[in-house]
Amino acid sequence: MEVTGMDRIRKALAEIVGEEYVSDGKEELYIYSRDPGLMEPHEPDYVVMPKTTEEVQKIVQLANKEKIPIVPVGGSLSLSGLVIPHRGGIALDLKRMDRVLEVNEKSRYVVVEGGITCGKLKAYLDRHHPNLRYSIPDAPPSATVVGNIVIHGQGRLSQQYGFNSDMVTGLEVVLPTGEVCKIGSCSVSPYWFSLAPLPDLAGLFLGWFGTTGIITKLGLRLYPKKKLRDIEVFVVEDPNLVPDVIHRVTHTEMAEDMFVSAQPYPFMFKDVIMIGICLTGDSEEELEFKRRMVWDALRPHIDSKEGGFMMLTPDIKRELLEMPTRSTTRFADVMKGGGFEYCGPIIPVEKFPEAYKKLLELSSKYGITYGMTGRVIARGNCMMFAFGYPFNRADPDNIERTKKALHDSNLASLDIGGVPWKPEAPAQKMIMERMDKNTLELMKRIKKLLDPNGIMNPGNWEAR
Amino acid sequence: MRNLELEFDERLCATCSTYDCLVKCQYMKMDKDTAKAEMQKLIKGEDSFVLHECVTCYACEEYCKKGNHLFYLITDLQEKRGILPAPKPILKQWVNIGIPGRKDIQQFWDAKEPVISLCLFPEYVNSIQGKLFENVSIILGRYFFCQLVYLHFGKPSLIRERLPEIIENIARHGFKEVVFFHDECYSTFVSYAPAYGIKVPFRPVHFFEYLYNKLKEHEDEIKPLNIKVAYQRNCSSRLAPEKEHFVDKIFSLIGAERVARKYDRENALCCGGIIRGLQRYELFVDVQKRNVEDMFNAGAEYCVFNCPGCFSSLSEAVAKKGIKPIMMHDLCKLALGEKPTGWK
Repeated sequence: MEVTGMDRIRKALAEIVGEEYVSDGKEELYIYSRDPGLMEPHEPDYVVMPKTTEEVQKIVQLANKEKIPIVPVGGSLSLSGLVIPHRGGIALDLKRMDRVLEVNEKSRYVVVEGGITCGKLKAYLDRHHPNLRYSIPDAPPSATVVGNIVIHGQGRLSQQYGFNSDMVTGLEVVLPTGEVCKIGSCSVSPYWFSLAPLPDLAGLFLGWFGTTGIITKLGLRLYPKKKLRDIEVFVVEDPNLVPDVIHRVTHTEMAEDMFVSAQPYPFMFKDVIMIGICLTGDSEEELEFKRRMVWDALRPHIDSKEGGFMMLTPDIKRELLEMPTRSTTRFADVMKGGGFEYCGPIIPVEKFPEAYKKLLELSSKYGITYGMTGRVIARGNCMMFAFGYPFNRADPDNIERTKKALHDSNLASLDIGGVPWKPEAPAQKMIMERMDKNTLELMKRIKKLLDPNGIMNPGNWEAR
Repeated sequence: MRNLELEFDERLCATCSTYDCLVKCQYMKMDKDTAKAEMQKLIKGEDSFVLHECVTCYACEEYCKKGNHLFYLITDLQEKRGILPAPKPILKQWVNIGIPGRKDIQQFWDAKEPVISLCLFPEYVNSIQGKLFENVSIILGRYFFCQLVYLHFGKPSLIRERLPEIIENIARHGFKEVVFFHDECYSTFVSYAPAYGIKVPFRPVHFFEYLYNKLKEHEDEIKPLNIKVAYQRNCSSRLAPEKEHFVDKIFSLIGAERVARKYDRENALCCGGIIRGLQRYELFVDVQKRNVEDMFNAGAEYCVFNCPGCFSSLSEAVAKKGIKPIMMHDLCKLALGEKPTGWK
């Protein structure tokens, strides 16, 4: 029997990772061809699951030699098609590389492998280091920690400490040309405590969606885990008040997390905007002190009768305090049919009212339901504002209307001065069209320098 | 909509020698002269600090032994004068919660008496089981929601706007009697509706009366609990104080000793939930603290609730003091050797 080129590459991959961890079977190719969002599926030619950095290195070297596209895959949960292999090639699934390599209790950081899931890291810390936590995103537990980092994700501690990518202390990266490179203190020391005081090279890999290298190890800050948590939800009708509510609460520096949400169903949520304020403490006294500070900060809005704290049942509190919250996932399938995508621009906080009004306008224009979720970042430096659209995959008309709404949401985000977060390829194009020309040129040069053969996750951040 | 007016008899107030309705208020301190002066303002429809400071605990309805309806008058005046006890978005949420359901849920068409209305508390459906609830049917949801909650939010006209439709929805089933799990519903039909001349074409049955009668049927199966309990009265029990004796009768049957304490019976304190909802945080903290400490100091082992709303707002606070929170019907099930739903 003739050995084809594809057979040859499959065999080469099997020699690197073992026969059982490479596949070109239809089932696997189908699974790795799509995510729950609106981007068109496209199958890879191979799926491979390495176990070590050395195996990743060898796969990258092979891909370079053969000029085959390579797409690093985590949980495949970006919803915006960031790991759909637009040009086929190798889907490199990192999930076998899921070990916790080190927890430094005193310096509060963890070193993990590039495929560990958020659920596994949380469970590990809960069990072995109950006084430490990391900024867990409100994604399903199968989302990977590194995946969330490379998209500049946010989590439950982002209100205090910024984007999850701001919490990186070190990286090990396999460059597109196959070299293994360490970034941060770990490049000169056995400790992974910080990116500073060295030149910050982490920016060559964060936010690039795997187009400049594959992160195989990650150092990440850990934070104190308080014994008690509670939540208050402040409610307003007027979106113009939301920036001031955020400003007042962040000024107290008492909140662990702040999120904003609005949705038309169930009825109790209709026509109001809810601002969730999570509080933590090691004692009831600490918690009560923080609660009072927050209440006092918002007293002017209460006295004007324009805002108030919602009456929460223990069930609602429990749900809101869950990490990650299940309600996001439930909402994602509210239309049934398994489709969900959102445009989640990062916007200045004062632009919330414009974004909110646009969301209502688009939902009405395209006759689709919506859910808005926002998360305050870094004491109100900015916020993520999600135009969330669940849709039914079995309904082509619903899909088409949702695509239009998503397109318009991306445009609106840019128009109000925001930047779409983890944008799908068409939105990346919109961003680059508006980007400063020299910045775009710098991106091109960096990409060309690091990935001369253009094999890394092609179709993303393609500056032309 | 028919213009439904409160049947308030100001002559009863003119002949009152105590003004207990206001003097006994636990949240506004006033002597008899002040109470009389403020009452006169209210009767004339004028502004009074009462309209602004009322925490909507409903207790003045019980303090008035002449059967007049000061609390209903207060809420009507609040609305008429545009006084909002709670912020607008909180009111909006409640207005939306209670929008009457457009259609009956199919399964309730098969409901047969005895029927228990669970109001808007679907989370209690699984607790309606065991010997006390054999052969009962359940109805619940916005199609049957009594709407009385708007008394707390200065929007009583909404009750009168929606209530006739709710009554019609229930009556359409042809029930002669309906047991109301939440005495807010019960009180709506025996107190609020008559006060505004709204006819109720079925007999409302208080849940505790139902529980007592069922316990009597199973009296020989009761194993006395021999526990000390505090009872948390809820606001709507003030609208039907004539049913309060069932609390003691039930406790007596199941061997629960109601501890003697300061804030019980007529002097009961609000659970605090509504006070917090009205954004009066300091008062909320103070009221809950006094209430729970009173239970603790009196030696209560259990805090027994009538109202799911009170359970929501107070159960955590009593549990932190080592007092077990429990709904009355679950306590009754314990006495029959049954475990409350959710207990392992």
